[in-house]
Amino acid sequence: MEFNRLTIHELQKKLRDGSLTSVEITESVYRRIASVEEKVHSYITLMEESAIWQAREADRRIKEGKAGELTGIPIALKDILCTEGVRTTCGSRILENFIPPYDATVVSKLKDAGAVLVGKTNMDEFAMGSSTETSWFGITKNPWDLERIPGGSSGGSAAAVAADECIASLGTDTGGSIRQPAALCGVVGMKPTYGRVSRFGMVAFASSLDQIGPVTKDVEDCAIMMNVISGHDINESTSVPAEVPDYTKFISRDIRGWTVGIPGEYFIEGIDPEIKAAADETIKILEGLGAKCLEISLPHTEYCVAVYYIIAPSEASSNLARYDGVRYGFRTRDGENLLDMYKKTRSSGFGAEVKRRIMLGTHSLSSGYYDAYYKKASQVRALIRDDFDKAFKKCDVILTPTTPAPAFRIGEKLDDPLQMYLFDIFTLSTNLAGIPGISVPCGYTKSGLPIGVQFMANHFEEGKLLQIASAYEKNSTIERRRPNL
Amino acid sequence: MKITKKEVGYVAHLARLDFSEDEKGKLTSQLNTILVYMDILNRIDTAGIQPVTHAISLDNVLRDDTEKKSIGAEIALASAPDGNMGFFGVPRVIE
Repeated sequence: MEFNRLTIHELQKKLRDGSLTSVEITESVYRRIASVEEKVHSYITLMEESAIWQAREADRRIKEGKAGELTGIPIALKDILCTEGVRTTCGSRILENFIPPYDATVVSKLKDAGAVLVGKTNMDEFAMGSSTETSWFGITKNPWDLERIPGGSSGGSAAAVAADECIASLGTDTGGSIRQPAALCGVVGMKPTYGRVSRFGMVAFASSLDQIGPVTKDVEDCAIMMNVISGHDINESTSVPAEVPDYTKFISRDIRGWTVGIPGEYFIEGIDPEIKAAADETIKILEGLGAKCLEISLPHTEYCVAVYYIIAPSEASSNLARYDGVRYGFRTRDGENLLDMYKKTRSSGFGAEVKRRIMLGTHSLSSGYYDAYYKKASQVRALIRDDFDKAFKKCDVILTPTTPAPAFRIGEKLDDPLQMYLFDIFTLSTNLAGIPGISVPCGYTKSGLPIGVQFMANHFEEGKLLQIASAYEKNSTIERRRPNL
Repeated sequence: MKITKKEVGYVAHLARLDFSEDEKGKLTSQLNTILVYMDILNRIDTAGIQPVTHAISLDNVLRDDTEKKSIGAEIALASAPDGNMGFFGVPRVIE
């Protein structure tokens, strides 16, 4: 049986009524990996031995009646999350051999909840990219069309869920890196509110924007994962000490009387007609469920890409200064003196896109340019946040397409960084404003590529996102397909 | 020109990166394209607007100053490229 195709909530029932064991589920996941991984390449590192051990342990606990929320469920982790004793590369040569001495808080939480950890998924180097093409460990392919990119930077996490190489996964989202690959791979992905999930043990990219979140096969699974990973962490000073609701309670509630904001700025010319048609169809279904759709304006939308690509590289250039070949990671052997060793280590340890962003960020922060770039961008960021504050006075949630187009071909945008950056145009704003967003599958193009719709809500209103996403999912008329691998 | 090849060389030094002449040329042209695009921000008058550094601002995050277990030197040095004898080894600093 292909148990690896099932969702967390389906497997939970079977584990509890004793009709299935975690070892059987875990073995089915690794059988799937053995048969499709060569084509898709979702993973950098597999953890089969410890996973089987965790599965046996899970089965024992279930028998004893001590099952936690994820006991026995195989989950994959983006290789940006530190795992004690298991190599954590961040998709980079510079961390090729880095074995963290501790677990990220989200990894501890998954372990405490009983999860079986399948492996570490592929990603753009240091999460900088929209296509998972910049990984030192090779390209991940889109399971729906192996000639296309899976999106990025959490492309491995999204492809692994879409290809049934795990039941669910964790990704990270700095400018769309969970929602965008989820949309392109036909799965659900959520970026929680900034501060909702602890970033302790996540390799930092842009610290004011980074957030960890789930990639799942359906919305209910997303709620289950959010219950496990959310909450305040004493080790992380930006994690917010706010109460965490039971997110599964928001599943199956109706949305009658809700107001859904439709920002005109996200339905611009140049957006793929099939994407626009799918979003329009989603709006009709929501109206059929008793929601009122209201045209709203987010007037500073057109500035998001410029603001993001100043702020994120600036923070990255500072965060990545720590990779100097001294305390951990890769070092070149031929450094003549300390300065020479730093330069040679960093130049051969980082790939082209990471170096480009370090250069962009260093320039933006350098003396004489700081006011023109970083300060200016941070001021416009305030205006972008204010746009959302005003919008959420008029509506419960905002609906937009997740991406302007379906998955593009491998190599298509690699030599044109600006075109690659513009592909994130609809997902960057939530990170800048710190609000949560979710992408849910809403159809397919004629050529069979998945399309995603994005919902955004005000700070700490993940529950609303799960409620509308699940109401839509249950009532949408799109057929459920699987990639043919 | 938003940034010259010479400036690219200067920024590379600040960032502790080395580029070949060819790489510098390509990077100069790519950074120029990106920086020209950033001019879009100059359309907005931002005089008097308080910059946002964190979307959710928490002030004075404090905790009790209590002693906790640390990982210890052996584990801290385990991933170092040159971590012999209890130190992080580096190439010569002073001639």
